[in-house]
Amino acid sequence: MKGFGKAVLGKPGFVDLLVMAVIILVVFPLALDIFRLNLMGKYLTFAYCAVGLVMLWGYGGILSLGQGIFFGIGGYCMAMFLKLEASDPVSTAHQTTPGIPDFMDWNQVTQLPLFWEPFHSFIFTLFAIVVIPALTAYVIGVSMFKRRVSGVYFSIITQAIAAIVTILVVGQQGFTGGINGITDLKTLHGWDINTDSAKYILYFVNGVLLILSVILGKVVLSTKLGRLLLALRDKEDRVRFSGYDVSSYKVFVFCLAAVVSSVGGAMFTLQVGFMSPSIIGIVPSIEMVIFAAVGGRMSLVGAVYGALLVNYGKTAFSETFPTLWLFFMGFLFVGVVMMFPEGLSGLYKTYVEPRQRRWMMKVKGGKGIPEQLNENARV
Amino acid sequence: MDGYSLSDLFSILVMQGFSGLSLFSVLLLMALGLAIIFGQMGVINMAHGEFMTIGAYTIYMTSRFTERHFPSFMPYYFIVAILASFLIAFFVGYLLEFLLIRHLYKRPLDTLLATWGLSLILQQVFRSFFGAREVSATLPDWLMGAWKPTPDIDIPLNGLFVMAMSMLVTAMVGLFLFKSKWGLKVRATTQNRVMASAVGINTKMVDRVTFAIGCGIAGVAGACFTTIASTGPTSGSLYIVDTFLVVVFGGTASLFGTIASAFTIAQAQSILTFFLTNAMGKVVTLLTIIAILMMRPEGLLRSKVRR
Amino acid sequence: MPNKIALSIEGLTVSFDGFKAVDGLNLYIEENELRVIIGPNGAGKTTVLDLICGKTKATSGSIEFRGVELTRLPEYRLVQLGVGRKFQTPSIYENLTVLENLEISYPKGRSVLGSLLFKRTPEVEQKIMDTAKMIFLEEHLDTMSGLLSHGKKQWLEIGMLLIQDPALLMLDEPVAGMSVVEREKTASLLSMIAKGRSLIVIEHDMEFVKRIAHKVTVLHQGKLLAEGSMEAVQENPKVIEVYLGH
Repeated sequence: MKGFGKAVLGKPGFVDLLVMAVIILVVFPLALDIFRLNLMGKYLTFAYCAVGLVMLWGYGGILSLGQGIFFGIGGYCMAMFLKLEASDPVSTAHQTTPGIPDFMDWNQVTQLPLFWEPFHSFIFTLFAIVVIPALTAYVIGVSMFKRRVSGVYFSIITQAIAAIVTILVVGQQGFTGGINGITDLKTLHGWDINTDSAKYILYFVNGVLLILSVILGKVVLSTKLGRLLLALRDKEDRVRFSGYDVSSYKVFVFCLAAVVSSVGGAMFTLQVGFMSPSIIGIVPSIEMVIFAAVGGRMSLVGAVYGALLVNYGKTAFSETFPTLWLFFMGFLFVGVVMMFPEGLSGLYKTYVEPRQRRWMMKVKGGKGIPEQLNENARV
Repeated sequence: MDGYSLSDLFSILVMQGFSGLSLFSVLLLMALGLAIIFGQMGVINMAHGEFMTIGAYTIYMTSRFTERHFPSFMPYYFIVAILASFLIAFFVGYLLEFLLIRHLYKRPLDTLLATWGLSLILQQVFRSFFGAREVSATLPDWLMGAWKPTPDIDIPLNGLFVMAMSMLVTAMVGLFLFKSKWGLKVRATTQNRVMASAVGINTKMVDRVTFAIGCGIAGVAGACFTTIASTGPTSGSLYIVDTFLVVVFGGTASLFGTIASAFTIAQAQSILTFFLTNAMGKVVTLLTIIAILMMRPEGLLRSKVRR
Repeated sequence: MPNKIALSIEGLTVSFDGFKAVDGLNLYIEENELRVIIGPNGAGKTTVLDLICGKTKATSGSIEFRGVELTRLPEYRLVQLGVGRKFQTPSIYENLTVLENLEISYPKGRSVLGSLLFKRTPEVEQKIMDTAKMIFLEEHLDTMSGLLSHGKKQWLEIGMLLIQDPALLMLDEPVAGMSVVEREKTASLLSMIAKGRSLIVIEHDMEFVKRIAHKVTVLHQGKLLAEGSMEAVQENPKVIEVYLGH
């Protein structure tokens, strides 16, 4: 794990990571009551998608408007497992067909569909949360990138795929719970996930997993692969004519972003207690992009703050001025793109970091570290 | 497909085919506007659907206004209203190009995000002004009713009108692009921006007017839309994904490709919708388009150009 | 003693919507040869390079490099066979430093897994240093390459190809935008790197061509017009007609 140490520890980027970890794992739990903390946990699950998008869009220059699909895969996998556990024959004895999820019973489905069966197993569910999004992204990625579908074409097609998936999930009510999604999730291996203590534990699991995802991203981006992504974002042809199979890199980062988003989706289901198509469609998918954009498309840590801030703003606004929320969101899209394309992390770099450096130079008696800072400013 | 007799099937096909034609007309006009903008500037306008909504609300407003103040003018207002919807959408487009779009030409992916934000803002503006409920314009009498070539077949007049309208606009766009002096400038700028500006074409102005014309055509699409459905704040955004697929599927640089692709997609959707459910018809259509696009990323028609 | 043929192009044709940009071209490049291709605008010079490196697919004809047919292979395979190409406008990664530019071009760790595990070993660093010296950029290793002057960007791209040690190197207008001094340096650089590999250079600057070329090929309207030494070509009446005619 030498590469790991080199990429994460002992670099200025490490401080940012540490600060983020302290905020997530110490400050929030101490400062917030369980209701607000649970809400924060929900926001953090969206941060997974934003982290994936930093790698995919910020570095790779590939704008996917369908990350909600992968969030949904993770979320639905987890929800299916929990729903099956909640639908044991005893508690569903009043149904026409006991032992199947309630919404299937309402939709005159009399037998558990085949693709639900494996989700009786928790191990399989965990496996599915990682493997299914990777496979889906692989298939989409290979068929698009090998044929050099890129730029806005890729964005629009991923958006269309998000539309298709949503229509399918909503339309196949008997198999998916339709527009309501999968609700009334209660226990995980008999452990009630709706109690306060469970919510605390889930919050921490979520926080740790998110930090691990950010670290994973930092490690990947600090390798030659990270620099290659930047290179092919700017000069794809040059990379191709330097002997690289460009599409395989795009497929890789697309898959990686998909898996990270899927883990976020699974954590969403666990903390919020339901999963529905309203969280995976066109609109939520493009909102995930704005989380990354607000945080700074080139900053993994920034993406987490971006997701927190925008979602916090969404809740605050829609509680007090529901009509203003859309205006706010709209201006956020326009404003970030027009005025702060590097997002919060860009602002931080322009205004805070130089001062910090000057201050450090003063402390260290003129021996600055500008070169080093500069090198790591990217990740 | 048992349960249908052969003549039933024929009638279904004609009527579904015809309702497909109404969808085709709206899609075609939407796609035409988008294709002009995309072909010209390489930016995708996610707020394009909202320009259609602007057109639709313009019809609604003019119909209300005429009804209240000049009831005798009711049979004719629609023609004036179509012009108005073009002009208003054109003007808003012109303004937005100046304020927003022109700063983003070099960043197509960012344009996508910024115009998405724009569409959210516009939707909220509609909601604030017209309310969240859907509204309908009062159509002139001559647009109501149906033409019955056989007892089993009902072809609504408004559908015929919409189609005639879209054909007319398409022809005008074609004339504009390939016969007018402006069209020449537009094509010159598309092909070689640097050269065009070197020979004295004000490419910035060409961009702005082209963008505005694209938006204006979306406004006309909205006018047509009011004859087949009622208008809400999000009416336009429902069409946006389909419109993009029409443009991409048709190949961005070809007028004929856009027409062919709008026709194919609208017909496929309309006929599949009858035999499958509404949702599944749409899913099958979209999936097919994506599959075809993967085989031919440049769309149905493409020209092999030296790059 | 005649040299072995490295690259043989036979009957190469590409048409764009019926327009033949390259039309039945035959061209043979020997091992260790430095060939310059000249011709008026639109003669198909750049298209020929596009065809060899796989950027454009040929309509018909064959391109054989050291016994391997190139026309059916994907671009990255061609590079791995030793075909390197510099583009007309310098194509470098402006958001990376000179060092990182060279490192990415270093021909190791080209698979996804390989790039994840790639390490900047002393061997790699040495090679990067050597190359940087060759292209006169050893002082600029940590500079963001976007900040380099146009001429230095040209050198960097040449260096990015050199570090791969290609057997066939194609340079599209390598001295465009360079100062006189830079041109001088580039000419000696090209003579130096021509040893041990074949070079194809497209150039407009006739003085420069005279300095470096072993043999010159003149293209006109996608066809071969003349071939031979610079002096012979310059006296060829057909060539004079094309350049001075109309």
